[in-house]
Order: sequence, then C-alpha cells, then structure tokens
Amino acid sequence: MNDGSSDPEQLGERRTPFGEVWQVFRRDRLAMTGLVALAVLVVCALLGKLLTEWWVVIDPATVRLPDKLRPPLSGPSEVIGAERLPEFGFYLFGTDDLGRSVFARMLQGSFVSLTIGLVSVGISVGIGVLLGGIAGYYGERKFLFVRIDAWIMRFTDVALCFPTFFLILTVVALLPPSIFNIMIVIGVTSWMGTARFIRAEFLSLRERDFVLAARALGLPSWRLIFRHMVPNALSPVFVSATIDVARAVLTESALSFLGFGVQPPYATWGNILADGRAFLFDAPWLFLIPGSAILLIVLAFNLVGEGLREAMNPKLRRARA
Amino acid sequence: MWRYLGRTIVERLLLLVLISIVSHAVVHLAPGSPAEVDSLNPMMKAEDVLKIRKSFHLDEPLHVQYWYWLSDLFSGELRSFRDNQPVLPRIWDRFLNSLPLFAATTLIVWGLSFPLGIAAAIRRGSRFDRATTFLAYTLISVPGFFLSYVVILGMSRTFDLPILGNRTIGVEGASAFVQVMDRLWHLVTPALMSAMTGIAILSRYVRTQMLEVIGEDYVRTARAKGLPEDEVVYGHALRNALLPFVTMFGFLLPGMIGGSVIFEQIFAWPGLGRLGYEAVLGRDFPTILTLNFFAAVLTLVGVLISDLLYALVDPRIRLS
Amino acid sequence: MSGPLLEIEELSVSFPSDAGALPAVRSVGFAIAPGQTVALVGESGSGKSVTALAAMGLLPPSTRVSGSVRFEGRELLRLAPSELRKVRGGSIAMVFQEPMTSLNPVLRIGRQIEEVLALHRGFDAVRARAEAIELLGHVGIASPERRVDQYPHELSGGMKQRVMLAMAVAGRPKLLIADEPTTALDVTIQAQILKLLRTLCREQNMALLLITHDFGIVAHFAEQVNVMYGGKIVERAPVVPLFASPSHPYTRALLAAMPRAELGRARLEAIPGRVPALDQMPAGCPFAPRCKLAFDRCVEMPPLSRVLGDSTGQHVACWAVETETT
Repeated sequence: MNDGSSDPEQLGERRTPFGEVWQVFRRDRLAMTGLVALAVLVVCALLGKLLTEWWVVIDPATVRLPDKLRPPLSGPSEVIGAERLPEFGFYLFGTDDLGRSVFARMLQGSFVSLTIGLVSVGISVGIGVLLGGIAGYYGERKFLFVRIDAWIMRFTDVALCFPTFFLILTVVALLPPSIFNIMIVIGVTSWMGTARFIRAEFLSLRERDFVLAARALGLPSWRLIFRHMVPNALSPVFVSATIDVARAVLTESALSFLGFGVQPPYATWGNILADGRAFLFDAPWLFLIPGSAILLIVLAFNLVGEGLREAMNPKLRRARA
Repeated sequence: MWRYLGRTIVERLLLLVLISIVSHAVVHLAPGSPAEVDSLNPMMKAEDVLKIRKSFHLDEPLHVQYWYWLSDLFSGELRSFRDNQPVLPRIWDRFLNSLPLFAATTLIVWGLSFPLGIAAAIRRGSRFDRATTFLAYTLISVPGFFLSYVVILGMSRTFDLPILGNRTIGVEGASAFVQVMDRLWHLVTPALMSAMTGIAILSRYVRTQMLEVIGEDYVRTARAKGLPEDEVVYGHALRNALLPFVTMFGFLLPGMIGGSVIFEQIFAWPGLGRLGYEAVLGRDFPTILTLNFFAAVLTLVGVLISDLLYALVDPRIRLS
Repeated sequence: MSGPLLEIEELSVSFPSDAGALPAVRSVGFAIAPGQTVALVGESGSGKSVTALAAMGLLPPSTRVSGSVRFEGRELLRLAPSELRKVRGGSIAMVFQEPMTSLNPVLRIGRQIEEVLALHRGFDAVRARAEAIELLGHVGIASPERRVDQYPHELSGGMKQRVMLAMAVAGRPKLLIADEPTTALDVTIQAQILKLLRTLCREQNMALLLITHDFGIVAHFAEQVNVMYGGKIVERAPVVPLFASPSHPYTRALLAAMPRAELGRARLEAIPGRVPALDQMPAGCPFAPRCKLAFDRCVEMPPLSRVLGDSTGQHVACWAVETETT
C-alpha cells in the first residue's frame, strides 16, 4: 500500500461534505466559468420572463416589416413609431425576417429553453429514481410469480432498445405540438440510465453496515430509504442530471431543426436557430447568435457537471472503500 | 457456451416480441391517424377518410392491427400507407445507403478517439490534455446541425467538396472508378460532421478509463519489472482499459437510425434516418413500426456480439 | 565484493498538496550488505513503503525525492530512465502486498514471467517459456506446465504470491524488496510463503529488504532491523539486541504490544493515540505526542540518531534515551 494515499483523506474529515466538494470545485477554473455562465443564464431567463410577459417592457412579438433583417447594432429606420422602437433604441442582436428584435426573442427564449431542460430532466430523474429504487430495494418480492426486479429491469431493457431520438421524434410528431409534450417526451425517454444506476447503488447500499445497523434498530423502511439510502445514491445522479439538462437543450434544438420543436408564438433558442437557417447567407446573425448561445449554455452545463464529478470523486472513492 | 447462446437468443426473441408490442402501442395510441394527414385537403371527404381507415385496418381493434402488421412483416407483404409500396425492400435500399456513411463515421470516431484519449491520459495536466479537454467539451455542446451549417457556410466556397446527396446526379454512365471516387468524395463532409460528437465523447471516455487503469497495482508491477514505458502503457494498461469499450458496440448499431436523422437531413443523404423522418412526417405507421423494430433487432444483435466479444477478450468472463 | 549492496542516505520524500509539500519520508538512511536480510518495520503510514518505492523510482513524477540511493556504487536517483529500467526487475526486484491486484488480469501468467526473462536475461520465446515453467515449479506450484497458460483469476491468493516471487527471481536479482508480502494472505499460507522467500534468498545469495509491520516475522527473518515512525528511522539494530533490549520508547511500546507465549499472562499494552497525519507532523520527535517519556526538548527539536555505547550496533534517535545513558 502507498503510505501517502491514506493521509490526504484524513485532511478532509474536518470539513463538511458540501464544503469539501466546494473546495475542490472552486479551484476548477473551467467549472467555475461554467457556473458563472449558468448564473447569468438564470438571471436572463427570469428577467426574460419578467420583462416579456408579466411586465411587458420588451415585446418580442413586435413586427416591424420595414426593418426586417437588420444586422446587429443597427438603429431603427425613421418610419418606426415611438411605441414600436426596440429596447435600448437600437437592435442589439439585429432583426429577423419580420423585423422582430432578435435580442427580445432570445431573452424570451432563454426561459423556455431552460424550463424544457430542467423539467424534462426532473421527469427522467423522478422516473429513474422511483423505478431504480423499487427494483433495488423491493426487487426480491414477487409480482405475478416473477421478481419485481426482473420486471423492472426487463422493462428498462425494452426501453433501451428503442433509438431514443427517433422515438422522441415519432411521439412528438404524433402528439399535438406543445411545449409540455416535448418536455414530457424527452423526460419519459431518458430515465433508463438513472434507473439502472440507482438500482445498482441501492443493491450495494442495502448491504452496507450503516443500513444494516439502521435496519437492526427497527427503523421503518421509508425512513431507511429516504434518510439513509437516497442521499447516498443521489450525488452521482445529480452530476449526470446536470449533463442531461445540457443534452435536453440540444434535443429541443434538434427537434426544432426538424420542424417538430416548440411552435410559434413561443420563442426558444432552438426554433430561433432553426428559423435562421433559411437566411444563412443573407443574415448569418439569425443563425450564429442562437447557435452560439446554445453552445455556450450547453457547454456551461457540461463543465459544471464534469467539475462536480471531479469534485465528488475522492468522496465517492472513500465511500466505496 | 452453446447453451448460453441458445438461452440468450430465446431471451432476446422474447424481448423482441415485447418491444414490437410496445412500439405498436406507442404509435397507435398517440392521437393523429394517418387518415387525417391530409385533413386540409378539400378533396378529402368524410367517406374518403372512412375508406382509408378501412383499407388500412385502422378501424379494427389494436391487437388485430398488431397481428396484421406482424404477419405482413414476416410475409414481406407490408406496404407503406403513403404510396402503397412494399416497405421491406425500401428499408433494405436505404440501409445500403446508410451503411457507408455509418462505417466511415464509425471508423473516424474510433480511429481518432483512442490515440487522442490515450495521449491525453498519459500527459495528464499538460497543455495538450487541457486543450483536448476543452475542445471535447465544446464539440459535445455544439448542436450538430449548427456546426454543420457553419462548416457549410465557411467551407463550401473555399473547398470544392460536394455537400448534398451521396453521389453526383448523372454519374451512373461513368466508369466504375469514377463512380466509386464520386461516392467517397460525397462521403467526406457528412462523415466528418457526424463523427464530431462521437470523437469528443469517446476520447473523453478513453482518457478516464486509461487514467483509472494506470493507477492499478499491476501497472506498478509492470514498471517494477523494468519494462519500457511504451510496453507498460500499450502492453499492460491499454488491454485492460479497452475492456469496457467492447460493450459499447451494442449501442453503436442502432445509431444508424436514430443518430443519423439530423445529418442525413442536412446533407440530403438518402439513408435510414431520412426514411424515418419522412415516415414520421407522413404518419406512415408500417414504415415507422418496422424501423423501430429494425433498430431493436440491431440493438439486440449488437448486445449479443458485445457479450461474446467481452468473453473473448476478458479471461475472467465465462459464458454459462 | 566488499561494501554495501544498497546504501540509502538522507532520503527524503514529499508529496505535493494544496497545503504545501507533505513530508512522507524524512532523512532516512540505512544499508544492506550482499545476501543480508534487512527489515523495515513500522505501522501503516510510517513511510516504509514510500521509502522502497522511492528507491526504485516508482513514485509518481510529481513527488519530490532528495538524498541518495546507491546500488553497487551507482546513484539510482540520478540514473537515466533507460539505465534505471535495467536495474528494476533485473538487479532489484520487488514483490507487493496485494497478489490479487498486482498481476495483470488479462495476461497469462507465463507471459508475465517470460517478459522478465526476455528483458533482463535475453531469452528467446522458447527458452523463456521453458524457464517460466521451471520457475513456477521451483516456487512450489504444482503442474506448472498447465498453470503457465492460466490467467491470474484461476489461481488462489497464495499461488498468486508464488507467481509474483517467480517473476521477481526470474531476473536473478541481487536484492529483493518484499513489501508486506504476506499481509493479505491466510496465516497458514503466510508461513509457506515466508519459508519459500527464505529458501530463494539462500539459494541465490539474494539480499532481502523486508517491509512489514509484524515483529514476529522480523524476529524469524531479519539480521538487521530498522524501526520507522513518522517518516523517520527511530531505531536501528541487529535483531538480537533489538529484541533483547529495545531502546527507543516506540520500539519498546511496539514490543510490549506484541503477544508472546513465554510471557504468559503478562499484560498487553496498547500505544495510546495514533500515527500523526502527514500535514500534522510535530516539529520535534514524531513520537513525542504519544511518548510516556517525552519532555520539552522532544517537542521542540528532532532528536539525532546516536550509537548506543554498548557496542551492540544499536542506533537510536531519542532525547530521553540520550539523557538516560549520558
């Protein structure tokens, strides 16, 4: 055994688990950049919701046909009346083919895109934890002569056999287009990884000393599950959920590209990007601005997720030892 | 070994039946029937819709429809709702079109990811490692079609690479050599573009895996024997690091359908993904169902192959 | 050949960390003569494994190593990597604590032994295979011609350690470093492996650096003993005087904590406290916080290693012992 390896672990025992993760995470420059970017996005999304819907200062739906396809930073023409002037008095991100301000639409879209990412991942993590937890904890019981574990895992196998994106595409195409359907479909088609992971984790946690001890004390199983097992299995799930949010945002943009995304009048980054494709050569900003925005935000989620994974890693290793 | 094979094949066939039932249910339970696809067409009257429903058995109960689909599928009689053409020959046709793109993409992904990942792992923390790490994150995060369009925007004028389709129209008359070169030439951009995400993901995974193995006791033993560093890395560490990748084969094959929709659409590549997209647009249930079924078959075959390969490369696994 | 085979002087090793460099080994020095068996004893975390790995150049590149490790007069710490590789596995071989994880799981046993034979003795494939079978038989593995084609998972723990030994002696080393070679094994297997280790050393006149925490093994095997604590050698002595009259309070405490049949009902004494962590190393004697004899100077200044006056060859680094004897 390497004598040195056991000692850095003793260093950490003086800090709380969260503080310890934060200590490692904070030194990861890429991950911190991602976290700042995410914070900015959340502020943008909330501001966007506030300013475009509840207290309309910036109206993304204002059509100004004389000012269509204006490049970024250009001012409005004289024919635009005072009530239809863009925010700040000029077009920060230019205008689209209807003369709508791209900045206003991006602002509105940030909330929708973020919601799609978070809600769909919430759904998939919920399903995954529920199914995986049941299979891992109550798996030995039988239902219709077959172990519950076998039922759930066979079902997971079946779900894994579908090509996810094609399945999403099929269902989204068949359902009436709505933002909720997209969130639900993305969520319902991506829980399998979480379920398998939680099951494996529960199976090993069940045999761990502290769970056995808690059971020997006669604690009720819900308390055992939610106080002792779920918190221990959740941190890696949190990491993969962060990365899944990134993936969901990408999926939404891909659906928009194929014409099955969120329908107008809702603006999402995905459908602004998909619409901009038609003006690729005439008005590249319509394409480059939402594309870069998606790239940056997905990158931020990925960097934060990877940073968390790194930061939690030594802890995981100790938990396993 | 043979008993194992027999048992898994039976298990997988059962799984396949389950999958076909689930996918049939998913497609048919969703609102929106193929008869309504042209609902805006003023020529369509209520009795036409009824007639269409009847001729496609859409008025029968679900399990009867399922039976029709299954028996048609196995007798090869399955026909598209849209143009009444047989489905299987068309899928086979498109499969042959997808195959070269899929093979080229896979070759690029696997050919580049391993050297990149290994190099990054060996030089952990170096400038090369940090640069590839950041590049990989960027590639994972960029929407595939966005990157493709940016490349089209930037490259189509600079290089004379063809972008659309899998061959030049009218090339059929030329010599075999010209035809082959024409096909390969058309392959370059789509294959590179669809390989990007794959390279990013796989090279990261190779790096992680390699780092994990390099910390193992037996790698220290190999160093203690006085083996040269190359021999330690490639002879001792790499073989162990490669094991998990065998299981990835299983999920490679079905990517031919799901993963290719976007890229085949961008580059007008007449493959399986595009067929699926057209079928979804037209609510062509037989084609959608058969494609899903085909993907499931590919997955199961892929998983079986990777199980067998795993047993082949890892002496600790016994098939029983 | 006269003079020591291996001579370590002022060897210090520290691991870089966010809290500054963590010293794992501090100014360690000892020597091994050809054919001699020397023990390095201490609790886990005392720096004994790190000392051996540093001598072999097997620590990660970020580790800072200073001092001198001379093998047959050559300075190993400043040897070119290609030259050092000739020494590793050739003149100096090493056996590790965990036979379960120290063999490569995807390579046949034969191949792992043949590698050493090809590298250090220049054997071709056919001769290497024959020799590998021969070696396997020699370390007491039954039907070696069958075992040679098996994978590590098909062998028991004791057999794996025999394979590790076969691999180690394959290069005809002059020095074998055995790092807790029996700790992971059952007691009955331990005895067999130790016996084999001794036989191999005698046959090939091989020197042995035995790293262990077990004084029982030390008593049976070693000629010279180095007791390590907190990255330092606190006492060095030939085995007989060490057991007869241990001088350092730590050695005394360790021996008192060891159950011995002849003492009958005598009380076993545990040492209070625990080994200090690397970042909490005391400025003075590392053992001072746990030492019954400690006084002010022990906490303030690290004691130097002194020869005890009675010509038994005992070296002790302890202020208390020094004041006792002078």
